[in-house]
Amino acid sequence: MNKTLSDWKAISLFVGPALILYLVILFVPIVSSLGLSMQEGSPITGFKYVGFANYERLIHDSQMWKALWFGTRFALFVSAGQIILGTLLALLYHFYLKHSSVLVRTLIFLPVVLPTVAVAQMFSKMFAIAPQYGLVNGLLDNLGMQSYIQPWLGQADTAFWIICIMEIWKAMGFYAILIFTGLVGIPEETIEAGRIDGAQGWNLTRFIVLPQLTPIMVASLIFSFNGTLKVFDTIVALTNGGPGTATTPLSILMYKTSFVYSEYGYGSTLALTLTLQCLVVSLLIYWRNRREGN
Amino acid sequence: MIGQDPLKSTLKKKAPHNPAAANLQKTLLGIPATLLIVLIVVSCIYPVIWIFMSSFKGADEFLKPMWTLPQSLHLENYTRAWTEGNMGKYVINSALVVFPSIAVMILLGTGAAFGLEVMRWKLSRTVNVLFLIGIMVPIQIVILPLFNMYYQAHLLDTRFALILTYVAFGLPLVVFFLSGYFQSFPREIVEAAVVDGASIYQVFFKIALPMVQNAIVTVALVQFFFLWNDLLVSLTFTTNPEMRTVQSGLLAFTGQYGQREWGPTFASISMAVAPTVLIYLFLNRMVMKGMAAGAVKG
Repeated sequence: MNKTLSDWKAISLFVGPALILYLVILFVPIVSSLGLSMQEGSPITGFKYVGFANYERLIHDSQMWKALWFGTRFALFVSAGQIILGTLLALLYHFYLKHSSVLVRTLIFLPVVLPTVAVAQMFSKMFAIAPQYGLVNGLLDNLGMQSYIQPWLGQADTAFWIICIMEIWKAMGFYAILIFTGLVGIPEETIEAGRIDGAQGWNLTRFIVLPQLTPIMVASLIFSFNGTLKVFDTIVALTNGGPGTATTPLSILMYKTSFVYSEYGYGSTLALTLTLQCLVVSLLIYWRNRREGN
Repeated sequence: MIGQDPLKSTLKKKAPHNPAAANLQKTLLGIPATLLIVLIVVSCIYPVIWIFMSSFKGADEFLKPMWTLPQSLHLENYTRAWTEGNMGKYVINSALVVFPSIAVMILLGTGAAFGLEVMRWKLSRTVNVLFLIGIMVPIQIVILPLFNMYYQAHLLDTRFALILTYVAFGLPLVVFFLSGYFQSFPREIVEAAVVDGASIYQVFFKIALPMVQNAIVTVALVQFFFLWNDLLVSLTFTTNPEMRTVQSGLLAFTGQYGQREWGPTFASISMAVAPTVLIYLFLNRMVMKGMAAGAVKG
């Protein structure tokens, strides 16, 4: 029995191919990107070791700070929106719609599976001003609110909010399902006990239901933050980082630095910064939550 | 009684002797909630309906308000998107990359999960953790070294490069998802089969695989959505328009022609969206379950 179950030949046949592929394509590059961040050049021109020059440049790069700030602000708003709306929807599914919520759940989840590029194109058509008015400007025109007609995606501040709205719209159904799964998992006795103790409506939600949901909300928050900090497709397709560099997050700055300006070394440093940002945020949320839990 | 609407029980206690008033109060409280839900549902599906509707409009119809219904079906929008917009080529390219990737990923990932969970060896925990790290790694950090590697190996602009990347990136989730299933897999069955003289390969193909079929379908479905919707990888490793996938093709198409030609643009967006919408509508429960499971683990 043990002989069959610990036959090393079979083990290497089962695990080997996956492990090798994973190590070569994913794990080795993670390590080598550290090395790449200390070099200058591109695959075509060859690389040269420059020590910490890229990191020095990073600190003095105003565009980087702008992108970092844009990404952080964006992630804050979008994550807040996704989690708050997701929780609200989950509560509605569970306590208000109850068993009849299947259809509603299915429809609200629909945007999650749509390709981001297609969604972004759709939004850019909705908010278009030329050659013809898009859905929104057309509506404003017909309602006699001509003064509100504007190039929504051509202005830094309105573009920011449209990107936020699109990201929230696209993923809220997903977080609703995630949190709904957590809600369904709460033992019914707990809620009943809360009711007997006199908790009702909002109080029941606030003091009995939400604390029970904390683990899944923390997981959702980490997931949402990581997703939004790495945002790429949405913005590339919607504004391509513009107007100017107003909607450029680190991911796009890194992409342009590497593949438009062929500065692979510095691109790697930017990618590393982004990874670090994701890691720090995840650890912060996790750590704060742990501390509050104790 | 258990698991009821908290609002409802509030009403019961406040107005136990007056059911009519309680009902009225409940309806009044229910209206905003119902309205909110209707509003959110409409906001989720209307934009999708709007693109499909607009994809049938003729050029002159775009001078009218955007929410009007199409007057006749301008199917030539689709033929133009398919041929001039190259969407046909992009759909084929996507299919040629996505389906092999999923097949290889599932085969390797299921094998690895089986080897890690069912078989007994010292380093299995370590290897499991190694795969776990892969779930958390953002693709941005790997894409430059990979570009460099593919450049050296002359793999840029090949489908092989995309498949390699997709498989490697999908593996951690597949391994993790299936490991979970193999964990709860009854050991006695495996042991009984081995005692009866089955080889480990027979155990894998004849017992283990059929038993985790559902998990495989779920994870394959989720990976389909990830890969079909990918932009970053395909944009980075293919510069030749001949190799473009649906998403990078759509980006190029709407960038070039989208300024003037609304009809074909909407048709091409519809084409990029249609497969995912159709699959989702048929298998929505599995998709939702799979995505939620993947997210909690990731």
